[in-house]
Amino acid sequence: MIGITSFGGYIPRLRLSRKSVFQHIGWLNPATGAVSQGERSMCNWDEDSITMAVAAARDCLVGKDKGGVDGVYLASTTLPFSDRLGAGVVATALNLRDDIHTADITSSQRSGISALIAGLRAVKSGEGKNVLVAAAEKREARCGTNYEMLFGDGAASVLLGDEDVVAEFKGSYSVSHDFVDHYRGQNEQFDHTWEERWTRDEGYAKIAPQAIKGLMAKLGITMAEVDKLIFPCLFKREHAAIAKAVGATPDKVVDNLHEVCGETGSAHPLVMLVATLEAARPGERILVAGYGQGSEALYFQVTDRIQGLARRTGIHGSLANKEATDNYIKYLAFRSLIPTDLGGRAEVAHPTALSILWRDRKMILGLVGGKCQKCGTPQFPKADVCVNPECNAVYTQVDYEFAEEPAIVKTFTGDMLAASIDPPNIYGLIQFEAGGRFMADFTDCRLAEVKVGMPMRMTFRKHLDDKGRGFTGYFWKAAPRV
Amino acid sequence: MATGIRDKVVILGMGCTKFGERWDTGPEQLMVEAFEEALKDAGVERKQIQAAWFGSAMDEVNVGKSAVPLSMGVRLPEIPVTRVENFCATGTEAFRGACYAVAAGVYDITLALGCEKLKDTGYGGLPGTNTGATRTAQWLPATSAPGTFAQLASAYAAKYKVPMEDLKRAMAQVSVKSHANGSINPKAHLRKKVSIEEVMAAPLIAYPLGLFDCCGVSDGSACAIVTTPEIAKAMGKKDLVSVKSLQIAVSNGAEVGYNNWDGDHFVTTAKASKRAYEEAGVRNPREEISMMEVHDCFSITELVTMEDLYISDRGGAVKDILEGFYNADGKVPCQIDGGLKCFGHPIGASGLRMLYEMYLQLQGRAGQRQLPNPRHGLTHNLGGMPYQNVCSISIVGRYGD
Repeated sequence: MIGITSFGGYIPRLRLSRKSVFQHIGWLNPATGAVSQGERSMCNWDEDSITMAVAAARDCLVGKDKGGVDGVYLASTTLPFSDRLGAGVVATALNLRDDIHTADITSSQRSGISALIAGLRAVKSGEGKNVLVAAAEKREARCGTNYEMLFGDGAASVLLGDEDVVAEFKGSYSVSHDFVDHYRGQNEQFDHTWEERWTRDEGYAKIAPQAIKGLMAKLGITMAEVDKLIFPCLFKREHAAIAKAVGATPDKVVDNLHEVCGETGSAHPLVMLVATLEAARPGERILVAGYGQGSEALYFQVTDRIQGLARRTGIHGSLANKEATDNYIKYLAFRSLIPTDLGGRAEVAHPTALSILWRDRKMILGLVGGKCQKCGTPQFPKADVCVNPECNAVYTQVDYEFAEEPAIVKTFTGDMLAASIDPPNIYGLIQFEAGGRFMADFTDCRLAEVKVGMPMRMTFRKHLDDKGRGFTGYFWKAAPRV
Repeated sequence: MATGIRDKVVILGMGCTKFGERWDTGPEQLMVEAFEEALKDAGVERKQIQAAWFGSAMDEVNVGKSAVPLSMGVRLPEIPVTRVENFCATGTEAFRGACYAVAAGVYDITLALGCEKLKDTGYGGLPGTNTGATRTAQWLPATSAPGTFAQLASAYAAKYKVPMEDLKRAMAQVSVKSHANGSINPKAHLRKKVSIEEVMAAPLIAYPLGLFDCCGVSDGSACAIVTTPEIAKAMGKKDLVSVKSLQIAVSNGAEVGYNNWDGDHFVTTAKASKRAYEEAGVRNPREEISMMEVHDCFSITELVTMEDLYISDRGGAVKDILEGFYNADGKVPCQIDGGLKCFGHPIGASGLRMLYEMYLQLQGRAGQRQLPNPRHGLTHNLGGMPYQNVCSISIVGRYGD
């Protein structure tokens, strides 16, 4: 038996009220009022597709032996680098083994589901024993479009293997068409779209059923043997119509999370799948499809093992951990959609030393410090000489991972002078409960709630954005433990 | 067996520019201004100086690297000149170099000069740190000086269970006192009295520090010419101001990397001050130190430093400050010239500026600010951040005392 052995999800904490978007810019395109219900998820200024993928993958690996992971597929159409492997950053951030297969699957809204199929094929072939798939998306839309309302940011991750399977993979079916309802050229920030009626009637309505019906025919099943039908669709009415066309009653159709999250692009089928698995009972049969330049569908059956999975945050947990905002301008500023002034102090930018990043990749991307074998002191960064003044032993340290270690706030400030798009810049001394400390940025919190002694956990975020050179640097920040 | 610096070196002359926003003055002119005053005060000629130490901290603005800017600026005759940089202890490091050379018997007369031109950045506050292509840039937070020091307050309030409002009031009194002192000093950058209410109502810079909790960013230069007591006496100098102690303590990473520091005080200052008292022969600093110029870059820095100097007890600084212990008419006047807060803080010059005030006070030349019969004057610099820093402490007094 092969299939999904674990799963995790991540939706950013910030949720932008669509009504506020409409209030600010609805005048430009009053028709957008039709989709202005609820809220969309929105990345904090220090988040992107890679940081969200890492968050979802960490959630997925809770209680699993990450040393066994031998493959990582990262799916997204919004990776920060055109030529630097995103999956490589994710694997290093997770401090996975070096002798593993890593690849990015991109360039289509279907890439999340394609990565899932690729991962399952790797496991089926026996080449991969434990393959991690992560999909994340942070799409941009022009101000005043309905896409600005419809899109959300988020990520999901699944671990695939042949032991302790929680959802057995029964089969998949694919159709490929170069159907271009939208495209984003290289170096373009926004999509170019074709008429919505054509997209809907000739695209979704015809192509999605091809994959779903094709899969059912291939496996010799009918909709009676499907308990949950998952497929993202931007248009609510079309979503229901397609479900009807493939024979699904409304109770089987999984909600597309429009009101609470928005469409997370290539990650969305996996986001919906993970949300479904979080509430799934043994025996439940799930058909999930992804759409984009064709369509692909997969069929799973949940096993008893699902009840033994360790607790995780998941999509539901992420959705519950929210800070609602009606500050549309902040949304624009965080995404660099309007020019903002960070002051003269922010203008000094040096190139990031790539040789240092390579030399200290475990420290910077993986938050790996050292533990002195003589006195037992965990410390960050790892050093040749132990930091304990009573020890100072030389060459005694072994790798020590801090990423999952709980910490508390020891000192803190909220700094209005330090350059930040979200002042005050909050940072302070983080004390790990099992020992070790360092000066860290805080994120996902407000100054008024920070206290000495407050419980924190580490989260992988953007550390620097060198826009002049197109380089994003990553490190770990402390966020309140929820 | 080493015997320390006590009474081996005396100050022959000193100079200090007016600190402030010297928009129309370049660093070369600031250096000359301080140097010419010191030459006249010492009664020596340029060519009698045998070696010099130059302190400048910020490469980003300022005069640039090496000792060449000093040698060219004041036209030294191709003598040995060394540039030193050790964060905010830079000026004191220059002084220490000059003193050690004289004490070692290598030279008769040496010069220490510090200079900083900070107001050429185009924005307020210190220049953004030039982290360059370092590892630091890839992981440490984007901090500012107020942000790093402000954390002392959150930690101090938590440790001693002082309500932040009470701590803010004591911090405000630190600034109120320095503004009062600076208001009567013609060379000070800021010369306006303020009230506790004004300080506490000021806009937030870095929680919980408001605008008036932060020192000025100034241009300026200060310098000292030093020699042996014997040479000074032979030159007919009287009331010699003698170096009693020069101590530096530098963090090794334990504060920010090990587990036993609460973030509420300076480990280095506590160590350097102990060594300084021992070197100077001071047994009870609360009784024997007559006056201090400490590194009041931020009000909270001064507050906790009172404890690290063993003048106030641990947790006792709030009470001492509010009771006026450190006021100009208090038991141990602190920042009698206005301090970094009001005299100003051109980094490389600050340590020498502090010594300048101690020197004037000990010679009875401090004018309106003159304290009655001071004996030991202490200066203190704190460079870097509370969690990793350079602390320098110097004690000066009358020769033979």
